[in-house]
Amino acid sequence: MHHRFNTQKIITISSPLCLLLLWEIFSQMNILDSRFFPPPTLILQTLWDMAESGELFKHITVSLTRILFGFLLGVIPAICIGLLMGMYKFMKYTFSPIIMIFMPIPTLAMLPIILILFGIGEFSKMVTIAISVFFPVAINTAAGVANIDQIYVDIAKNYQANAKDFFFKIALPGSLPVMLEGIQMGQAIALLTIVAAEMIGATSGIGYLIWMNYKAFLLPEMYVGLILISFFGYFFSLVLRGLERKLLPWK
Amino acid sequence: MSKILLEHLSKRFIRGNRFIDALEDITLSIEEGEFVCLLGPSGCGKTTLLRILANIEKPSTGHVEIQSSPKNRPLQSMIFQESGVIPWLTVEENVAFGLKMRHLPKFYIKERTNQYLKKVGLTKFRRLYPKELSGGMKQRVSIARAFANDPEILLMDEPFAALDEQNKFILQEELLTIWQETRKTVLFITHSIDEALLLSDRILLMSSQPGRIVKDITIDMKRPRTIEKVRSDPVMTDTFLNIWDHLQNEVKQTRSDN
Repeated sequence: MHHRFNTQKIITISSPLCLLLLWEIFSQMNILDSRFFPPPTLILQTLWDMAESGELFKHITVSLTRILFGFLLGVIPAICIGLLMGMYKFMKYTFSPIIMIFMPIPTLAMLPIILILFGIGEFSKMVTIAISVFFPVAINTAAGVANIDQIYVDIAKNYQANAKDFFFKIALPGSLPVMLEGIQMGQAIALLTIVAAEMIGATSGIGYLIWMNYKAFLLPEMYVGLILISFFGYFFSLVLRGLERKLLPWK
Repeated sequence: MSKILLEHLSKRFIRGNRFIDALEDITLSIEEGEFVCLLGPSGCGKTTLLRILANIEKPSTGHVEIQSSPKNRPLQSMIFQESGVIPWLTVEENVAFGLKMRHLPKFYIKERTNQYLKKVGLTKFRRLYPKELSGGMKQRVSIARAFANDPEILLMDEPFAALDEQNKFILQEELLTIWQETRKTVLFITHSIDEALLLSDRILLMSSQPGRIVKDITIDMKRPRTIEKVRSDPVMTDTFLNIWDHLQNEVKQTRSDN
């Protein structure tokens, strides 16, 4: 058992390393066009240089700030509205048609109107992220409440829980697992949105880094941007999974 | 005066465009301290009757009364079927649930919770979540929660139906032990004749849909009872056969009706 676990681990780690190794060899040997696929060692070297010059951290800080505040700006109202929709039929019938209308519109398609309303400053990027995060979180939160097993509602009723106790002891904890799935989805969408938004209307950030270096044909620098996205995507989902373990010890 | 009084109670559900009469003209009275089992084929409305007493459903017609004592007690607490333990609360929090919902003083909640955790033998497991418990342990949590709440009457909805034979016997005897200390009035639903014979002072037999009470059998075998004693007692064997015949007839009748 222990042995098999180790082999699994070795394969998991070595498969991406093998891919990188092949890339390196093919690029060095010019089987892959090294203008489009610069060798990973060169990309790493570029990453190092950009980090040393401080340029990298500027872009990272800008993007992360936008993601963090945009995320909060979307998640907080989404949870509130989702909980209300899950608990009260009236709220559900009020909000769900509105959500149904807006959800299919890609947030990026709304970017022009967002720019008109909020200008080209930081706030419009945060709003863009907030909108894209809002929908999956609100819908999942509502579903989370609605799917709480009827028996727990009966227990609360039988043991005379008042509205406040019902909310904190049953509705909120009971909907948390599905709500967190929505937040996990929202996180992925936030990353997607910020990169695209920064490509269109920004002068800094990871998306800008990718786009500008593509335009200047500095492909190693562009790849650095891609690495950063991949890294932060992985990092965020690790953080959220850790949070999930903390918040749901009963799962 | 009786502890629980039901008069001409009926319940009608609407399913699509037709009516289903779940209960019809139920009149019964249960004395203080009695352990009464409602026994009937599945679908006879016994759970509906219990849910009406638990104030989860309203009767269509008729009158329900649970007599309260001067002490500030909740009217009733229910022991639900197997999934009745709240998964996001620990064993301890589950047992304290009813007391917390009534916002009683902290020290009192603590004391009563400890007392009932001990009675059901779960003190060691108090900090665990239900997912880490066996089916039998979960039902102990449910039992402790209901008794700790100190209600006027206890309602039990087939609490042992999902357990295996061995665990069922163990829990039935544990329940009797706790019940004998408190002498609460209990209304217990089951479809197991053995279970009803072991536990009850009185067995109320129900007909299949619409549910009516068709027989009221008093069990006066002395307590404490054990499953061995119940099985080897000739009077109880007669009663068993009597109920068996009745249930057979009920089930056959429903079949020929359809």
